[in-house]
Amino acid sequence: MCIEANHSLGADMRAALDKAAETEDSPVGKHVLAQLQENLKIAEEDRIPICQDTGMAVVFADIGQDVHIEGGFIEDAINEGVRQGYTEGYLRKSVVGDPIERVNTGDNTPAIVHYRMVPGDELKLTFCPKGFGSENMSRVFMLKPADGVQGIKDAVIGAVADAGPNACPPMVVGVGIGGTFEKCALMAKRALTRSLDEPSPLPHIRALEEELLAEINKSGLGPAGLGGKTTALGLNIESCATHIAGLPVAVNICCHVNRHAVRIL
Amino acid sequence: MEYHLTSPFDEEELKKLRIGDSVYINGIIYVARDAAHKRMSEALDAGEALPFDIKGQTIYYMGPSPARPGRPIGSAGPTTAGRMDKYTPRLLDLGLKAMIGKGRRTDAVKEAIVRNGCVYFAAIGGAGALLSKAIKSSETVAYADLGAEALLKLRVEDFPVIVVADTAGGDAYRRE
Ligand code: SF4
Repeated sequence: MCIEANHSLGADMRAALDKAAETEDSPVGKHVLAQLQENLKIAEEDRIPICQDTGMAVVFADIGQDVHIEGGFIEDAINEGVRQGYTEGYLRKSVVGDPIERVNTGDNTPAIVHYRMVPGDELKLTFCPKGFGSENMSRVFMLKPADGVQGIKDAVIGAVADAGPNACPPMVVGVGIGGTFEKCALMAKRALTRSLDEPSPLPHIRALEEELLAEINKSGLGPAGLGGKTTALGLNIESCATHIAGLPVAVNICCHVNRHAVRIL
Repeated sequence: MEYHLTSPFDEEELKKLRIGDSVYINGIIYVARDAAHKRMSEALDAGEALPFDIKGQTIYYMGPSPARPGRPIGSAGPTTAGRMDKYTPRLLDLGLKAMIGKGRRTDAVKEAIVRNGCVYFAAIGGAGALLSKAIKSSETVAYADLGAEALLKLRVEDFPVIVVADTAGGDAYRRE
């Protein structure tokens, strides 16, 4: 799973990149997008990671409440999978065991695992290796209710502009709106795992997704930040209930290497 | 414009380059990222020599994925240059001539670039598989214990980059 996610992108990402390569009209932008297409081809053919930053392993584990896990602790199993995948798959080990002492763990563990109980008897694992060029440019804003939709737009567009060339545009933008401080950040991360051709089922959120994406692509940042109209390939929003006094907004920025692999057990 | 140049670079050739130019680099480039920069800076603080003669050289901000057997290197795209900004002006003043990375630099770095007649190139972020094809050999020069952050010496052929900061003070990331 680790290897698959790091060697090829989903069909939605490839389609978005191909479409951008056709519609981009800045010459340098076109040149960059063509290189990115070529890069995906080489990665798949030569079994080499699309990007050298093969990420920190983020795993969403959706556990059906009728599932009973036997034979060991699930998180140990996930970490063992990451260890094997990153070691045997020639992936880069980019994790330090302590944020201050900063010694590399040598096998890319531990994974960051987010568990969620769901109805049913299936266990769904979504593995998304996250590169930090773009992760470092992500933000959480605790807006006031009075800031409203305009406040949300300013926050998202401002975060993307600040990210600029560091986040390896064209980017994919995950937005979480509502909930609490931590919930909106988690929603923003989860939004990145939703297919780019699957808009929000809520009409007003879907409209906001379209408007923000169009606005971001008007910024002129372009591929690799060198100018053009392809700044973002997609923007997904997840939203949920929040408190009468708050409007949390999280912007999780991902690069064009928005990878994931899904397994249902 | 498009150029094919050899690193270490000829100073006169660097002066001709302008932001937006495509350059294909041949020759030798060194690789260092966060931890290697920290060590180099500590060595200088302690009055020690750097592990390589930096005069006239090129540093690529990069941490590769491991090489498969029989290949010189794994995926090898640029990392964010801004994290090295704290250490960069000093290295430029010591004779470093060119840098390859991605993303914006601080004013202090841009001033040191102009002061010393240097160039900052961008390689395409996230194109690590493509860029690895241009790398013909790789050897560890120092700090092997840093793993993916070790100091490397690469031999490259037609390594594709774009000029993003030139000797005249141009900055390709500036948007009006
Ligand atoms: S931001 Fe993405 S494409 Fe850029 S270096 Fe990091 S993982 Fe790779």
